[in-house]
Amino acid sequence: MSLDSLLFQAVNGLASASGLFLVAAGLSIIFGVTRIVNMAHGSFYMLGLYLAVTLAPALSPWIGGAAGFWGGILVATLAVALLGALVEMVLLRRLYRAPELYQLLATFALLLVISDAVLFLWGPEDILGPRAPGLSGAVDLLGRRLPQYDLFLALAGPAVLLGLHLLLRRTRFGRLIRAATQDREMVAALGINEALLFTAVFALGAGVAGLGGALQMAREPANLAIDLSVLGDAFVVVVVGGMGSISGAYLAAVLVAEVKALCTALGVVDIAGYAFNMSRLTLVAEFLVMALVLILRPHGLFGRPQPPATTRARAEPAPAPLGRRGAVLVLVAVALFAAVPLIGQFFAYAPVLALDMVIAALFAASLHFIMGPGGMASFGHAAYFGLGAYGAAFAATRLGAPTPLAFAMGIGTAAMGATLFGWFCVRLEGVYFAMLTLAFAQIVWSIVYQWEEVTGGSNGMFGVWPQAPFDEPAGLYLAALAVTLAGLFLIRRVVFAPFGFALRAGRDSSLRAEASGIPVARVRWLAFALAGTLCGAAGALFAFAKGSISPEAISVGRSIDGLVMVLLGGVQSLMGPVLGAGGFTLLQDMVMRETDYWRALLGAVILAVVLLFPSGIAGGLRRAGNAR
Amino acid sequence: MNAGAPVLEVRDLTKSYGGVRAVDGVSFDVAAGELLALIGPNGAGKSTCFNIVNGQLRPDAGAVRLGGRVITGLPPRRIAALGVGRTFQVAAVFGSMTAAQNVQTALAAARGGTFDLWRPARRLGREQALDLLAQTGMAAQADRPASTLAYGDVKRLELAMALAGEPRLLLMDEPTAGMAGTERREMIALVQALTRARGLAVLFTEHSMDVVFGHADRVIVLARGRLIANGGVDEVRRDPLVREVYLGGAPTEARP
Ligand SMILES: Nc1ncnc2c1ncn2[C@@H]1O[C@H](COP(=O)(O)OP(=O)(O)OP(=O)(O)O)[C@@H](O)[C@H]1O
Ligand SMILES: [Mg+2]
Repeated sequence: MSLDSLLFQAVNGLASASGLFLVAAGLSIIFGVTRIVNMAHGSFYMLGLYLAVTLAPALSPWIGGAAGFWGGILVATLAVALLGALVEMVLLRRLYRAPELYQLLATFALLLVISDAVLFLWGPEDILGPRAPGLSGAVDLLGRRLPQYDLFLALAGPAVLLGLHLLLRRTRFGRLIRAATQDREMVAALGINEALLFTAVFALGAGVAGLGGALQMAREPANLAIDLSVLGDAFVVVVVGGMGSISGAYLAAVLVAEVKALCTALGVVDIAGYAFNMSRLTLVAEFLVMALVLILRPHGLFGRPQPPATTRARAEPAPAPLGRRGAVLVLVAVALFAAVPLIGQFFAYAPVLALDMVIAALFAASLHFIMGPGGMASFGHAAYFGLGAYGAAFAATRLGAPTPLAFAMGIGTAAMGATLFGWFCVRLEGVYFAMLTLAFAQIVWSIVYQWEEVTGGSNGMFGVWPQAPFDEPAGLYLAALAVTLAGLFLIRRVVFAPFGFALRAGRDSSLRAEASGIPVARVRWLAFALAGTLCGAAGALFAFAKGSISPEAISVGRSIDGLVMVLLGGVQSLMGPVLGAGGFTLLQDMVMRETDYWRALLGAVILAVVLLFPSGIAGGLRRAGNAR
Repeated sequence: MNAGAPVLEVRDLTKSYGGVRAVDGVSFDVAAGELLALIGPNGAGKSTCFNIVNGQLRPDAGAVRLGGRVITGLPPRRIAALGVGRTFQVAAVFGSMTAAQNVQTALAAARGGTFDLWRPARRLGREQALDLLAQTGMAAQADRPASTLAYGDVKRLELAMALAGEPRLLLMDEPTAGMAGTERREMIALVQALTRARGLAVLFTEHSMDVVFGHADRVIVLARGRLIANGGVDEVRRDPLVREVYLGGAPTEARP
């Protein structure tokens, strides 16, 4: 590696950093004022990019190449800002008082809807944008040719940073934003039109993200995976930079992008006789940067610690022990599920569906364990599902391990991943926890996607068939049922053991728990690891059930499926996630066969649930019950 | 144990927030069996002192010793394990549990049973939890959800939880805040009786002067982070500096 290739990559890194920064800055501004983490922020970026690659060529014949290119960027930015304003007025305005989890889910539903809308409007193929007129050449620097457009983008980031800085410091609008970020009550007390301020802020944040996307048109093709990959990166940037700090976001974006660029520049290096392709390690590098910053500065580079709340604002309901009637119902349900292979002779499809339900039940119950008693709503639970699935698939196909051993190795992989990532995640609360879990899941997904030799890349792994006696549908099904029941039983024991009480204690009041001698972080960590391990078991079962595993099966979408299952069933009861998983699987199975736009439909279902029951389904039902 | 030896020794504690010295070179001792009142106007630095002693905050300078051992900088859970129980100015309990379960959870933590993943918690330590609740006058409320308790009862529950760790030192930040006159006196009399029976060292803050002068063994006075008086009840009551601090913008109840 030479100095000039390093320089080349450094400029390249700065260019990427600008895009990342624009998304993260918008996310940060919106969060500062509205306290909502906008999961659809990557979608605004993606929309900006799609609109620009469509508008620029369309405008060019009318107003000329250069004007068309820049005009396309401008119009795309404004259109996305307008959409942001619309979203705020129609959707978010109803959610400011809803629980955090619901806000996150609603904006994620938006992500799903936008994603399918883009698929509908632009189709599944990548779309290449035009090159920038006047900036398509290269500049000679130290004998190396640097693309002009990269240089331009590298400068665009700091320019926007400066612009935002001036906006926030020098204008009345900016002063209002800062006032609202520091003290929301004060803004209301001063008689400022809050609704208008929030709409404007959302439009600003969305527009900045849209601009970030539009600017990338000369560098990368528009594609449908961008929304989630950008969102994951933006979360990393925000967590590293410190939530609410614009300068922190820029610094973090540069740090992350430069470390990635450095890995690419290093190429293949020899370490202790082994050749390592460093460019493959970009994602691991991103993880390491984040890990290092969070160890040294848990609230990010420029973030301030939030003062711990003495107690939760509202008391969570206690998980109810099973009554006599409940116990009978559970026994009947278990008997029915155990009998499914018998009716399988008549309805061939029943065992397949029942197997999906059983796996989903374990997946959802493991998520519920940290979400309900632990109060930690993970947006990245799919990571451990994926580690379990890939671990088992790898052991079964590449290592030729017998089925039970491969299954155990899948669980072990998930346990290791959950233990490692959990250490970082449990230190954060609320939306920060949600963002970090999602970022880790995105990293796992990307590693799986890129590490072709081991994971099969985008195709995944095939031929993950179990050996006798699990090669028979009934054998595998009964084994899965046994594993799931064992998992549910374990969770139940733990929830009602002192550990479960300590976990709830940390959730209810971490100050009180610590003062009573409960090591809250360690309790959460163990709970997280346990949930990840059980989730890994579900993933391993999934790999054997399908005979294959691909990155798609472990994407963020699966994490959200889990959240929806838990919410459908109700967070307060241990049976909730099991019922929710069953209902969700049935619904998905019915709808998915009917339409290609399953995600948009799921988004609509989530939005309906969130808007109709803004205080949670259980709360809504309770209110309905009281009204009667 | 040597009767007069201090359980808690605080030396030259200092803590600043930005430019504000919340606690400024504060030193004092608390002996076993002693009920020491820490008083001072709002914002004097009382809660900050508590939070440093219990490990929630790290001081900029100074040392805290418990039974001769330096505990400065240890996390709250370690300090709790060494025998320091506390209650909060804004009472904090576990809202999703019953009163008895709150105490049982505190008991399990004190006995190192937090990581018991298997045994049902329902009966573990229940007898002792009921006993503690009875001692704090909460027997009738044992099986009510903590989130439905009246504020005064939450404070009693917190006291029972603090006692579950069998502390040597009890820190109580405004144990009677939000209570009516008679309830106040009952609560402090309860604390007094419990500490006498157990030989506990107690450090408490209080805004109600009749509570302080009626029950404390000794009083220390903080004003703007500095310790301005330390002595017996009568001595402090007569101290001209204390009178000045309390008469300048003082609440009416401050006058004994
Ligand atoms: N987290 C913080 N950040 C900044 N300043 C703080 C913080 N906590 C306390 N202070 C300041 O430190 C000083 C002491 O506060 P402290 O809460 O210890 O007072 P106090 O004596 O307990 O008052 P009160 O009687 O109202 O409870 C006050 O000036 C307060 O504003
Ligand atoms: Mg105080």
